[in-house]
Amino acid sequence: MNMQAEQPWVRICTVEDIPQLGSRLVERASGNVAVFRTASDTVFALLDRCPHKAGPLSQGIVHGETVTCPLHSWNIDLASGEAKAPDVGCARRFPVKVVDGEVFLSLS
Amino acid sequence: MNKPKLVVVGNGMAGIRTIEELLTIAPDRYDITVFGSEPHPNYNRILLSPVLAGEQAFEDIILNSLDWYAENNITLHTSKTITRIDRMRRLVVADDGTEVQYDRLLLATGSTPFILPVPGKDLKGVITYRDIYDTETMIETAKVKKHAVVIGGGLLGLEAANGLKLRGMAVSVVHLGDWLLDRQLDDTAGALLRKSLEDRGLTFLMPKQTAEIVGNDLGEVTSVRFKDGDEVPADLVVMAVGIRPNSSLAESAGLHCDRGIKVSDTLQTFDPRIYAVGECVNHRGVAYGLVAPLFEQAKVCANHLAQHGIGQYKGSVLSTKLKVTGIDLFSAGDFMGSDGTEDIVLSDPAGGVYKKLVIKDDQLVGACLYGDTTDGAWYFKLLREGRKINDLREHIMFGESAIGDSGVGGQSRAAAMQDSDEVCGCNGVCKGTIVKAIKDKGLFTVDDVKKQTKAASSCGSCTGLVEQILMNCLGSSFQETPKTKAVCGCTDHTHANVRKAIRENHLLTHKEVYDFLEWRTPNGCATCRPAVNYYLLSTWPHEAKDDPQSRFVNERVHANIQKDGTFSVIPQMKGGVTNSSELRRIADVADKYQVPMVKVTGGQRIDLLGVKKEDLVNVWQDLGMQSGHAYGKSIRTVKTCVGSEFCRFGTQNSTQMGIDLETMLANMWSPHKVKLAVSGCPRNCAEAGIKDVGVIAVDSGWELYVGGNGGIKTEVAQFLCKVKTAEEVKEYSGAFLQLYREEAYYLDRTVHYIERVGLDYIKAKVVEDAANRRTLFERLLYSLEGLPDPWAARIAGAQKNEYIPIKVVA
Repeated sequence: MNMQAEQPWVRICTVEDIPQLGSRLVERASGNVAVFRTASDTVFALLDRCPHKAGPLSQGIVHGETVTCPLHSWNIDLASGEAKAPDVGCARRFPVKVVDGEVFLSLS
Repeated sequence: MNKPKLVVVGNGMAGIRTIEELLTIAPDRYDITVFGSEPHPNYNRILLSPVLAGEQAFEDIILNSLDWYAENNITLHTSKTITRIDRMRRLVVADDGTEVQYDRLLLATGSTPFILPVPGKDLKGVITYRDIYDTETMIETAKVKKHAVVIGGGLLGLEAANGLKLRGMAVSVVHLGDWLLDRQLDDTAGALLRKSLEDRGLTFLMPKQTAEIVGNDLGEVTSVRFKDGDEVPADLVVMAVGIRPNSSLAESAGLHCDRGIKVSDTLQTFDPRIYAVGECVNHRGVAYGLVAPLFEQAKVCANHLAQHGIGQYKGSVLSTKLKVTGIDLFSAGDFMGSDGTEDIVLSDPAGGVYKKLVIKDDQLVGACLYGDTTDGAWYFKLLREGRKINDLREHIMFGESAIGDSGVGGQSRAAAMQDSDEVCGCNGVCKGTIVKAIKDKGLFTVDDVKKQTKAASSCGSCTGLVEQILMNCLGSSFQETPKTKAVCGCTDHTHANVRKAIRENHLLTHKEVYDFLEWRTPNGCATCRPAVNYYLLSTWPHEAKDDPQSRFVNERVHANIQKDGTFSVIPQMKGGVTNSSELRRIADVADKYQVPMVKVTGGQRIDLLGVKKEDLVNVWQDLGMQSGHAYGKSIRTVKTCVGSEFCRFGTQNSTQMGIDLETMLANMWSPHKVKLAVSGCPRNCAEAGIKDVGVIAVDSGWELYVGGNGGIKTEVAQFLCKVKTAEEVKEYSGAFLQLYREEAYYLDRTVHYIERVGLDYIKAKVVEDAANRRTLFERLLYSLEGLPDPWAARIAGAQKNEYIPIKVVA
């Protein structure tokens, strides 16, 4: 968050636009971003690329604060982007904030 | 906040396993204190024999290092024996005066070796075989002394004898019974074992009863004298005549004991604050001395300590394996047989192979194998599941590999495999990796292996092989994955329980299920959510609402995800019949959306591969065809041959039959995918013999086959019945599929379901009981009634957001 000055927040959608325990895909030239919403309406954003074999995490099943990759079922922690043991790897995180039900993403 | 205090008496495998189980499900519930009489952390007592034999070092068999206790904030007192429990003040007192309060007490005091009450039993050089101290004593003695006498020809005695022989001593084994391992083997196998051990240089004195152990003036043992007057020289005597549950502490505290501490199915003693697990307990009249039951007890006990309050221990079926390198023997269940049992025996004394299977009421109830135990795991599985074996009977003696292609390139004998041989073809895991993981990480179950190595975690066809490897590595400590295992880590409930709860309590939503069954996670995981979703929908059609977020991407999006994130589109083509107009539209779509590949599928349809997600709805609209459901745990396709309309051999109109069936079953969700085929004559060009439901036309009607599978493991469908009319084909196959939909566990194909319940059961429900067949069929039609074609629904705007990515305007 300390780089906020250089990273303008971009409005993406409303929280309601993302299904609970689901995600939306944000298209971006340098790699798509998956935006997730948990059961408690917390929103997370990760590069849409599983550290294992680049599977689209946006298409996975969201449970708790974890997403399961649809290709080979790696479990990725939404908050840290880290794969859960015994797998090892990390998907890039993007800063995300929710203001008055609107979701903002910092993409650069 | 002060946490309640849990005190564990006994720092061995049962006690610590319970703590491990407890820490996984309720990590912060208790302040834990552990007392152990030995100066060591928890080690694998089962592997003392390899240590004695010089095959492993003591460090190799430590299960929990001192660091483990520290990391988990467990206070460990080694070399302290608890001498008293004060139940009024709720504290335990150790022999050095240490006192610790408890809120819950776990007794895991194990067992003590039985000492023969003969003169000389206290002489120097007379020991038992129980712990690392005994093992070290034997190793040291073997360096300087010559004659060893082992009293007892059971598992422990023979392992001790073998180890001492390998350490260079001259060993005699004294045994009271008529043959060795008389509690684990029958007489024939016992004789083969004796011969093999004699070839290794052991001497057997049997049947013989020990009368006296003779010593010299220094109080050292010099010989053993028998009832018949014989005498053998001895510098070391190892008593291995059995164990007794160590319940003296519990008894002195006034807990009810009778050949062990009496416990309930929740592993509670008569004092509800005090639990007991392991060799010290007597559960339903049985005290177990092998490790697998202890672990089952540990799991249940931990569940109750964590106050989850579910899970019962109902006793264990045991199997035995001798840990003497180079000698393969296995036994399980009622291997001796009795009135009303039949034996199937294979005996090759010259080749050193003997196999006996004991059968009762069409079920395998016992097995005794010597010389070739590769199928031990499989027999044990059949035995525990109580599966009917009438269909296997002719081949059962020749093992699992004789039953059919195991799907791993014919490689089905774990023991014969090299470390570099591949076990799991999906994830490229070789045997060496699995063996290393089992040893290094202390794995005991197939699930552990799946998690750590990924072997058997994809298609599952190598599960049997992994079980064999576990069994070879662990011997009797192997825990066979029980058929009644929990749905996933979120719960301890089985598939059967979840289904029953949904049905009996009219649960309609995921939340109701998770609340009612006390799921440990707030909203399940990727394993249980799809299963629960299916159980809800299939139990309460038109009432429970489908949850798209609990479906795997393919079923949510209604297309099949590919490795690059694009999708494949397979329109419905009933019975494999199409026409020029459909083909033209398919061709136009392929051009318009630049589809990279158009392919004919194995199910007689056309696959458009490489479609982008955002194009899916437009593609469906342009195709103007219905979903082929080629992506779901659902009806897939009905494959047909040309049939009597054109074929000169055709006896019935199989093509129309296929179209009718596919129309009837459209949009049907099921526990796993469902494939059908209809052939017009017994030449069976539609390959109906490997489908979930196969229909073969004959001149006088239709033959129905069920439970075939052409995938992971080829399974030939079994004959269900013969019917006369096309309407009957629909009713019978529909009723069978509805039975499968209502009773199979999620992700079981029809073959697995039939394996579990038996074909006779299916016949009773579907063929013999006409009224039941009709109600099943009606329930199927009711649940399919009015289901929309998912593609049409999405063209009309359903789930719109799913297909539209958000664009960022830079």
